[in-house]
Amino acid sequence: MYDGPLHDPRFPGLRRRGFLAAAGGAAGLGALALAGCAGPSGDTAGGGGSPRRGGKLRAAFAGGGASETLDPHLAALFADAARAKALFDKLADFGADLSAEPRLAASWEPNAQLDRWTVKLRKASFHNGKPVTARDVLYSYRRIADPHKAFRAKASLEPLDLAASRAPDERTVQFALKRPTAEFPNILAAFGAYIVPDGAQDFDRAPVGSGPFRFVSFTPGRSALFRRNDTYWDGAPHLDQLEFLVANEESARLNSLLGGQVEYAHELAPTTARAHEGKGQIEIVRLRNSAMQSFAMKTDRAPFDDKRVREAFFLLADRKELVDGALSGAGEIGNDLFGKGYAYYANGLPQREQDLDRARHLLKQAGAEGLRVTLDTSAVAAGFTEAAAIFRDQAAKAGVQVKVAMGSKDSYWQDTLDAGSLCCYRSGAMPIESHFSQRLLSASTTNATQWRHKDFDALYQQAQSTKSPQDRAAVYARMQRRLYAEGGFLVWGFADWILGTARNVRGVAHRAPANTLDWARFDKVWLA
Amino acid sequence: MTGLRSWLVRRLLLGAGQTVAVVLVVFALTEALPGDAAVALAGDQPDPGRIAAIRETMHLDRPACERLGDWAAGLLHADLGTSLTSGRPVGSAIGDAFGPTLLLAALTLVLLVPAAGGLGVLAARHEGRLADRLISSVTLAVYAVPEFAFGVLLVAVFALRLGWLPPTAVGYGGELLAHPAALMLPVLVLLSRPVCSLTRLIRAGMIDALASPYVAQARRYGIPGARIRYAHALPHALGPAAQQLARTVDWLLCGVVVVEALFVIPGLGTVLMNAVTERDVPVLQGLAVVFGCTAVVLNLGADLVTHRFVPRTGEAA
Repeated sequence: MYDGPLHDPRFPGLRRRGFLAAAGGAAGLGALALAGCAGPSGDTAGGGGSPRRGGKLRAAFAGGGASETLDPHLAALFADAARAKALFDKLADFGADLSAEPRLAASWEPNAQLDRWTVKLRKASFHNGKPVTARDVLYSYRRIADPHKAFRAKASLEPLDLAASRAPDERTVQFALKRPTAEFPNILAAFGAYIVPDGAQDFDRAPVGSGPFRFVSFTPGRSALFRRNDTYWDGAPHLDQLEFLVANEESARLNSLLGGQVEYAHELAPTTARAHEGKGQIEIVRLRNSAMQSFAMKTDRAPFDDKRVREAFFLLADRKELVDGALSGAGEIGNDLFGKGYAYYANGLPQREQDLDRARHLLKQAGAEGLRVTLDTSAVAAGFTEAAAIFRDQAAKAGVQVKVAMGSKDSYWQDTLDAGSLCCYRSGAMPIESHFSQRLLSASTTNATQWRHKDFDALYQQAQSTKSPQDRAAVYARMQRRLYAEGGFLVWGFADWILGTARNVRGVAHRAPANTLDWARFDKVWLA
Repeated sequence: MTGLRSWLVRRLLLGAGQTVAVVLVVFALTEALPGDAAVALAGDQPDPGRIAAIRETMHLDRPACERLGDWAAGLLHADLGTSLTSGRPVGSAIGDAFGPTLLLAALTLVLLVPAAGGLGVLAARHEGRLADRLISSVTLAVYAVPEFAFGVLLVAVFALRLGWLPPTAVGYGGELLAHPAALMLPVLVLLSRPVCSLTRLIRAGMIDALASPYVAQARRYGIPGARIRYAHALPHALGPAAQQLARTVDWLLCGVVVVEALFVIPGLGTVLMNAVTERDVPVLQGLAVVFGCTAVVLNLGADLVTHRFVPRTGEAA
């Protein structure tokens, strides 16, 4: 069986999931999803109760107008991702702690060098009745990796050597990898790595997936109507029908929820949540740890090429004030590391507090008294401009002059990737290992802190060729200690993802950061 | 009528020239914006390799003038090009969005003309008295309220508090007509400002006309008051009102972004907003052509109306 991170004794939650999946397969996972919903803190919207079959749920998402697509490999928006999840399956998906859970893959097994992985598929079929086979898997992955295309999951699939990967029988895939990859399951769970039928190209007219819902109709920018897939391998959904509606304005999503036009509204503002939480009209669901909020310091240039300056900046921030001000309190404070609450997160490090005296002292040591820096920000993400203004005031108390520069909303991420020295930064949920590989290795393509260290790269490679999860956790802990001490990300908080549901909606998972398995997972939702 | 015909031809040629100019300006401005569709699409994963690949599949790596040329060539076959982000034809995207916007505009217009005409004439007849002061102050006050605020207010009261009307048209997409209740608040918001400006224009025109020598002459002939007002004075007031009306229709058709966003009506305004954020140049160009042509035709119509009702204005101009 996949003995990746799941049997690590330090992560009992993971072991439980490992146990459940091993013992009961699909049933175990289904039970877990429900257990997760009804978990220790009364985790389900409007209480539990036994699922009732029937009804139509209408869900309002922000969309992209005519550019919306049902091609699961093109999915870029939350609306696209939620629709893809309803129609298609991945081989694996992320649990609440961002460790990979098996979906279409029943099991995965590496060779001794960790560069050949054998994946066994579970028995599942597409909506047209054809079984999901190894050929479909290889076709899907090859489509994503097509060098002439720019599918989103392409970078995640990079470690795979698809030309050398084989399908020895219908339900077995032998993946060849370019190098040892202990976190191979994360690749299977990557955003957008959906399995489509062999040869499928056109997804807008009548997409065929293996997901919990079947296609009925789709008008880009308006609505997508799906119906229950009665033969879904993970148990048929409770809902008869599921309709995705598009409303770009937050106020429109909220009003349509309040007015009973939809039963589920994605992405609400913290102020909305406060105004309606516990008032009985609608249910507010906060998905914790959904978005990391930080300032990114470019470690390769002045003034942040001096690690004393970086440490001083860590000490300038009053994290509580930032969370309260910039996120309207909808979140929790960070500790300068990505992935709070996720598997392998370095929990043991002391919480960093504001310490202006020590910050002044460090700046003086570094010869950076009276430092002036420009902080790039933009209205591209919630809380960015507010966070910049708050941090400017906090830094001023230690004599650091921060000039806030507003950038273009549409090209912000590209503008700040290589330019500037300090910027507001945000990230959605992903495994800590992916955060390393995408942003903190010398060859990372989105290395916003310009963190390039041979020894850090070597540690990452070492982790990837370490089979034992304990040993791997130890390597990750070392890497995180290094980042905590002198990294470029000043992670000040983790924002909640807020959604609202009508009072009769049950089974919405509360502990599912955006983009994980249980987020926007409508096959487990029912209408009371 | 050769004079009118040559005037028409000149106006149409001028209009075509203006439309081409609008398209060129829109293209130039979109090119001047930082980033392109590839950057916008890459979002918070600005992986340079991926951006380059997107750019290549979108043919954005080709020079701007070449892309503009291709697009213009397509236009000759009534082909508005292909959306960069969705890969679907621009014509169908605009066509789909045209319906809801046209419906809103038509409904607003049907209510606007009688409402503004009636109020304007009423105010003019009672110039300086209570009815006039009431109409004038209310129209001025409503005109000062931004649409967004007005819409939010209406939704809060009539949809969420009283529950009389649906707060948005979410999910009604193509078949808006089947849900007339959902159209009431948007049309009310759309009406709010034009009705005020038009009422005030008609009131002013009517007051002028009623004080004019020809109306005094008509009175001396003993023509009934109602006939003087509607057959003699009102046409005089319609000249400027027609111009204003053309501008209003233009504004309505060119997608009232705020109302569409607030009430989730998938019209031209929504298409425009999405196209700008995604740097979807072909869609923007297509919209520019549509908006440009609409504006030209409407203004032509308004000038014709002015010609017809107030010939002297046309000659003087």
